[in-house]
Amino acid sequence: MASYRDLLREVKAEIDEVTSREAAGLADEPLFLDVRERDEWDEGHIPGALHIPRGSLESRVEAVVPDRDRSVIVYCAAGNRSAFAARALEELGYSDVSSLVGGFTEWKRNGFPTQVPRTLGAEQRARYSRHLLIPEVGEAGQLRLLDSRVLLVGAGGLGSPASLYLAAAGVGKLGIVDADVVDASNLQRQIIHSTQALGEAKVDSAKARIEALNPDVEVLAYRERLTSESIDRILADGWDVIVDGADNFPTRYLVNDASIWHGIPVVHGSIFRFEGQVTVFKPHEGPCYRCLFPTPPPPELAPSCAEGGVLGVLPGIIGSLQANEAIKLALDVGDPLVGRLLLFDALETSFTEVQLRKDPDCPVCGESPTITEYVDYVEFCSAPSRVVAS
Amino acid sequence: MTTIRIPPTLRAETGGERQVEAEGETVRDLLEDLSVRFPALRGQLWEDGDVAPFVNVYVEGEDVRTLEGMETSVDDGQTVILLPAMAGG
Repeated sequence: MASYRDLLREVKAEIDEVTSREAAGLADEPLFLDVRERDEWDEGHIPGALHIPRGSLESRVEAVVPDRDRSVIVYCAAGNRSAFAARALEELGYSDVSSLVGGFTEWKRNGFPTQVPRTLGAEQRARYSRHLLIPEVGEAGQLRLLDSRVLLVGAGGLGSPASLYLAAAGVGKLGIVDADVVDASNLQRQIIHSTQALGEAKVDSAKARIEALNPDVEVLAYRERLTSESIDRILADGWDVIVDGADNFPTRYLVNDASIWHGIPVVHGSIFRFEGQVTVFKPHEGPCYRCLFPTPPPPELAPSCAEGGVLGVLPGIIGSLQANEAIKLALDVGDPLVGRLLLFDALETSFTEVQLRKDPDCPVCGESPTITEYVDYVEFCSAPSRVVAS
Repeated sequence: MTTIRIPPTLRAETGGERQVEAEGETVRDLLEDLSVRFPALRGQLWEDGDVAPFVNVYVEGEDVRTLEGMETSVDDGQTVILLPAMAGG
């Protein structure tokens, strides 16, 4: 029967090995694959390396390294586990695999660059475990979410589910703009607020709920109206994505124009009775709100939910879709709803998609903009000019 | 006949109907026919002989402003969607 030493010798004779000096000097940067355990990786690794612990190498490598002809250098701590790993990769059909002689220890001793990864803590690893299992998110994606900053305009029907899901997902910084207080008529759909919060500022009620849900999230509460006076100050706090859940046209046009000038994508959602609309306005890459609707409608055609009513669950659906789009934008994965307007009909339970195109004559994002400062529509619209989701 | 989807903000003008039939070969003809059938819609849809800027018209999912505008032809069986802006949140 062969001993471990015999087996190791045999394997090393079959595979290619490369020294740290050779590996570091390669003109074409190879792919470093670290097969050590998690705690070893956390203490430092070769910059840019991928990490698959030896125990799950065979099951995970195809998803992580789909190109079997790619030049791969496998390493562990001393060069033994990586020898077995290299042979396993060859058996899986990888054609250009070598094992790093002396492993990470030798690499480090020779003074080649190392990196200590930023990692999730044990509690975060448990909290976000279902995200960590998704290849499109994983630990890097989760860290990216934790570094993301999303501004919610309105803590009402749409802002409630959107902010709850963004907070649960671990978006690290959430801003909430809303001037209103929690009213009994809000509770049929604004699920972030509770009966106990009646009369409280919506931003305070939302902040308390989010902090109870996820202590990783920092909440910036703006208990104020979003106006031409305040919007630049609020946006200067630094946001990656705006989730627009306002309930009135003046705010929506304000958010649109500001997003173009500040270069921040807007996840737009709106609801009325049984129908909702969702889209993403990505400045200069796709159309903006004014490409879609150059001017607000007259007051008689612009009833608010307070006047026309809304099915309570509808903002739950539309606001969740907004959270989904915001997370995709933050992670830079998938196909966001840029240039596509998704219409949802709750009575039919049907989704319809229409194409939106950038208007070259758009007064804000077109070739020769005619609107270059904020427009105050407050005088012309029926809905109150405040960020109150009704 | 073409089926036209009526948005919730305009249903008071169509007696609550969510979709209605109209006749015509172009968007202009269809909206004209629609405005005859439902006179209350006329003031909501038209502005200076054109479709109002706060109402979008889609034929088979495409904004007619990116097609031939009011002269965009509509075949039988195609779906037309009227879509005014909604602000509710």
